[in-house]
Amino acid sequence: MEIIDLNSVAVRELNQLLQMRDGVVSEKKFKVLHPGGRHALSVGLTHPIDVTIEGHTGYYCGGMNQEARITVNGNVGTGVAENMMSGCVRVKGDASQSAGATAHGGLLVIEGDASARCAISLKGGDVVVFGSVGHMAAFMAQAGRLVVLGDVGDDLGDSLYEADIYVRGTVASLGADCEEKEMTSDCCSELESLLVEAEVAADVAKFRRFGSARNLYHFNIDNVGEY
Amino acid sequence: MNDGKNTSGSATYTPKVIDEIHRAAREGIYSIRGAGAKRAVPNFDDLVFLGASMSRYPLEGYRERCDTNVVIGARYASKPIELDIPITIAGMSFGALGANAKRALGLGASAMGTSTTTGDGGMTQEEREASKTLIYQYLPSRYGMTPNQLRQADAIEVVIGQGAKPGGGGMLLGQKITDRVAEMRTLPAGIDQRSACRHPDWTGPDDLEIKIQELREITNWEKPIYVKVGATRTRYDVMLAVKAGADAVVIDGMQGGTAATQNIFIEDVGIPTLPAVRLAVEALQELDMHRKVQLIVSGGIRTGGDVAKALALGADAVSIGMAALMALNCNAPLFEDDYASLGTRPGECHMCHTGRCPVGITTQDAELEKRLDPEEGARRVQNYLSTLTMECQTLARACGKSHVHNLEPEDMVALTVEAAAMAGVPLAGTDWIPGVNK
Repeated sequence: MEIIDLNSVAVRELNQLLQMRDGVVSEKKFKVLHPGGRHALSVGLTHPIDVTIEGHTGYYCGGMNQEARITVNGNVGTGVAENMMSGCVRVKGDASQSAGATAHGGLLVIEGDASARCAISLKGGDVVVFGSVGHMAAFMAQAGRLVVLGDVGDDLGDSLYEADIYVRGTVASLGADCEEKEMTSDCCSELESLLVEAEVAADVAKFRRFGSARNLYHFNIDNVGEY
Repeated sequence: MNDGKNTSGSATYTPKVIDEIHRAAREGIYSIRGAGAKRAVPNFDDLVFLGASMSRYPLEGYRERCDTNVVIGARYASKPIELDIPITIAGMSFGALGANAKRALGLGASAMGTSTTTGDGGMTQEEREASKTLIYQYLPSRYGMTPNQLRQADAIEVVIGQGAKPGGGGMLLGQKITDRVAEMRTLPAGIDQRSACRHPDWTGPDDLEIKIQELREITNWEKPIYVKVGATRTRYDVMLAVKAGADAVVIDGMQGGTAATQNIFIEDVGIPTLPAVRLAVEALQELDMHRKVQLIVSGGIRTGGDVAKALALGADAVSIGMAALMALNCNAPLFEDDYASLGTRPGECHMCHTGRCPVGITTQDAELEKRLDPEEGARRVQNYLSTLTMECQTLARACGKSHVHNLEPEDMVALTVEAAAMAGVPLAGTDWIPGVNK
């Protein structure tokens, strides 16, 4: 395992190393010390490596990740794993706003709580939050799955497209065009697999499913109050 | 004025206004259309150059060099953009435009040594292949946005807004959401697609600085990063973009076009390009960043005169969208029955949003697209860009400049008080610049 101490190494050097800019993948496990809330740590990774960050990070940790497995032993700032394509980002603590924003693929696990706009504009990735999430979760989410084991704030799934949302706790309110859907046996199986992948034990029978009512897919004067 | 025949119209409730009220009452929804502002606003036509005279001498038109090259993005990027001409093609999406149009623009621009720009929905392989220099738009929707495409681009343009609709998101109506467009945007085919108006993971200039840092880290600090804003609070927007670390700022005036948005947005939001250029240049000068952070201006650039005037006011380059489409035959008197079926006619068409473009540009319909041959279209774009460049050089040489960037505000006067105030140049025949001196 290679250890990088951000007290002595610049963020740019860290990312160049983890992005394997020289094309050589000689080491597959990395530990990052003293992140100190710095922004853009471990972004744009493209190889199946393991990165463990010991401490709290700033904005966009794990941004646009491809294939790498990133673990943060701490809290993360805005936009963790934003636009992730594949791989896995696991946050042992809490996450700020826009966690997993626009993620196309991969798995984001937040073992604590996530703030507002979690999984906003999700495009195919999976986000699993062990705790609770704030308002406007999954706003305009297009594809993928958001799973919340705790409670959800106001306006869940506002202007939702085809993403699926599973919630075990309470929902403060649903956003425009979001409705509760039947929890089919296929959905239960799918959720069960996702929970296993996220490494959390939970009874799928206690979850409710939410999705798009698809009433706002076309402009219609009768729906104007919803916009 | 009453003509005594009980047929006089109202200046307030003109026939056009009455028509719109009737339409709104009938349909119950705002009017959506393409193109840019149609209202008359002060523009570059209101400025003229002061050619050489006793105190200035010109350059020979066909013998003495007048260079046109421009470098964009050297502030932080290790691989800045080098263009042969200061006229670029503005961001227009595959989806809004058909594949043939994107290819024609790419080939035509490349032949002239300049850049094209992607749009909402990401980059198509065809446009990457057709464009020697391709700017990749990073938009609020992030439709089709991938790190691989970021790395394939030559520069990244963070779009905060555009001149046709500052403060509004994109719109692509269902008739243009074909299977391919839907797949690129991860959306169901055929829906009326609404792009977000705000970025999903940052708000405000302090966040933007961090976002730019992330984009640079992901692209190894190689790509120039532009920040594009619609012209509104231009002075502050430019200053904040510079503070956030932009290599270049794109200012899009209210004449700038769009594929589709509310008519009220196009006509009633934003400021004209003319004052926006001056405000942007003043902001850069105040920060000692003029010519260090490049200024690209768009919105109603049509002629080499417009190009020269924008450069004389201090822009480093201009960007054209609607005019480039017109070079491809937008609004040309062809297929007039099809214009009529859309309720319009050549010269007045703004039906881009319908996907039924009579000349095959703003459409995803395979049959309509055949009306635009990409190779022929590329030649027209090349010819048009070449004409703009030669016109711009003609004016620069007449003012004695060996590079188009040597044009300056002192080379121009304004024909109207409004233009003098907005552009910050004297009213012709006077030394009066409203707002600057009495």
